[in-house]
Amino acid sequence: MAITTAQSPFRIDPLSGLRIDLQAQALVKINAVLAVVFLLVGGAAGLLVALTRWPAVHLLPADMFYMALTVHGIVALMVWIIFFEIAVIYFVSTALLSCRIATPGWAWTQVWLMVIGAAMTFVAILQGNSSVMMTSYPPLEAAPHFYLGLILFAVGALIGCFVFWGTLVIAKEEKTYEGSLPLIVYGAMVAVCIAVFTIASGAIILIPTFLWSVGLIKSIDPMMYRVIWWAFGHSSQQINVVTHISIWYCIAGLIFGAKPMSEKVSRTAFLLYILFLQFGSVHHLLSDPGLSSVWKVFNTSYMMYMAVLASLIHGLTVPGSIEVAQRRNGYNNGLFEWLRKAPWGNPVFSGMFLSLVGFGFVGGITGVVMSVEQVNMIIHNTIYVPAHFHGTVAGGTTLAFMALTYFLIPVLFQREVIMPGLAKWQPWLFGIGINVFAIVVMGAGTLGVPRRHYDITFAGQALAHEWPGLIYMMMTVGEIGAVLAVVGGALFCYIVVGSILWGKKVPADAKCIVAPPADAGGHKEIGAGGFEAPGTFILAMVLFVTLVLYYFVNFKYLATLWTLA
Amino acid sequence: MSNEPIEQQTVLQRILDDINLIMCLCLVVPTVFYTLWGVMEVATIPLGK
Repeated sequence: MAITTAQSPFRIDPLSGLRIDLQAQALVKINAVLAVVFLLVGGAAGLLVALTRWPAVHLLPADMFYMALTVHGIVALMVWIIFFEIAVIYFVSTALLSCRIATPGWAWTQVWLMVIGAAMTFVAILQGNSSVMMTSYPPLEAAPHFYLGLILFAVGALIGCFVFWGTLVIAKEEKTYEGSLPLIVYGAMVAVCIAVFTIASGAIILIPTFLWSVGLIKSIDPMMYRVIWWAFGHSSQQINVVTHISIWYCIAGLIFGAKPMSEKVSRTAFLLYILFLQFGSVHHLLSDPGLSSVWKVFNTSYMMYMAVLASLIHGLTVPGSIEVAQRRNGYNNGLFEWLRKAPWGNPVFSGMFLSLVGFGFVGGITGVVMSVEQVNMIIHNTIYVPAHFHGTVAGGTTLAFMALTYFLIPVLFQREVIMPGLAKWQPWLFGIGINVFAIVVMGAGTLGVPRRHYDITFAGQALAHEWPGLIYMMMTVGEIGAVLAVVGGALFCYIVVGSILWGKKVPADAKCIVAPPADAGGHKEIGAGGFEAPGTFILAMVLFVTLVLYYFVNFKYLATLWTLA
Repeated sequence: MSNEPIEQQTVLQRILDDINLIMCLCLVVPTVFYTLWGVMEVATIPLGK
């Protein structure tokens, strides 16, 4: 059904009941489709990296390996993720606020700039003289259009942020919502704030680096570059954290009718992210000699823990809100009936919950521990680091984005998901694969396997090193996990593209798939032992004990490596 | 004049709802404690002779 207003045409979506601006819908669709296309490219490059890292296969020659690693890093860590994030912020600001999108012309400029920028950087890498990896540390020098592409991409993303901000202003002016912003939109707003800091930091360092590449600047100080680049490189991953947590809240509401256990606590946790999350950038610099321990410890071991507290709050309140909703809906027996009876066959839920568990237990815990200056010495510049961020960005963010996509296909594209049987298993395949990769390869990193190097044995070099058989076994199992994840990712791309192209059209009279609020007429006496969500409390305690144990295991290991008289 | 009680917002709620203030905090806090402090540390390393 389409409703035309004086300013913009809307339609009421039968599946979600959302009032959707058609211009915003087109923009969300194009950003989401481009994201999936780039996920396919990034995933293919990731497969080549995995098959080269797999000791028995060692597929690519060295030059091709570094090229594939650069493509994989930039496309999978930045291009796919940021295109999808733009789709998310446009979707939540228009559909959830029932508002038209601000300056659609500028929004299309965002699309074009990001496409052109990504294409320029991609071409520069494929030309073979820009295999500088995602970090592109000077004095490694890429072709000028490598940096220019990144700058254009970032400018496009910044325009997307301004369009989102303008939409919030319009929604407030036109009173499309009352009171505070809905929590999910609030989370997206926090992600956009971090994105603006991220892009500004990127501009500060990438513009001079571009000028250096064309010969207008004599040199770039490598240490200065590292400090500022990480305000861009790591903060871009913090945008992901905030966005996927907003998606967790969103999916909990859509599937269960769950409401946050305390809106104010959740919003305060988002405020902690605003104040403290970006200090995590320092953990890339903990072994840099020119920076003082005061700066390092202040940023990581003090300030960043406030952001960790915020993550623990979200990790408690999201499953807690699901538990409360499930108990109100009648699943009130024992500690975990609410979880056993959850819709595990629905990829929207399973993807979201696997993202939550994987991000907490794999990506989150290891991120906290590696941010301790002393422990960081064990794993710095080892393959532990990429394994860790695959736990956050792939196991956490990508899986959450996949889960939301299964909701957006029928609601925005108005198509049924093809091959529902395979779609049911896809999040499991991707989630299990990526977590096997992350956990096992982190083990290899802890034992010293270096990151980035084409050949971990340095065969034929002066520093050749023969590893024990355990390392080759771990790298093999880890890369099998990576291949499984790539298969899961390819399946996702196929299902999404297939659904859009030849999925059955959703009928106009389709039944609403969004759960009603769980507290409307549900069970009132819920929980046990004075807790409304006792199962979540137990799970949160398991996470906390795991974090403490892992922390002390690492210190114990450090003590065995570095004995003090 | 309305007799309805005016709902008092706490300071925290007002901060949370002020999106422009949130944006400013997000830009200023890490710029000061991470970027500027970090850049000063690098800039004050004595030059080798």
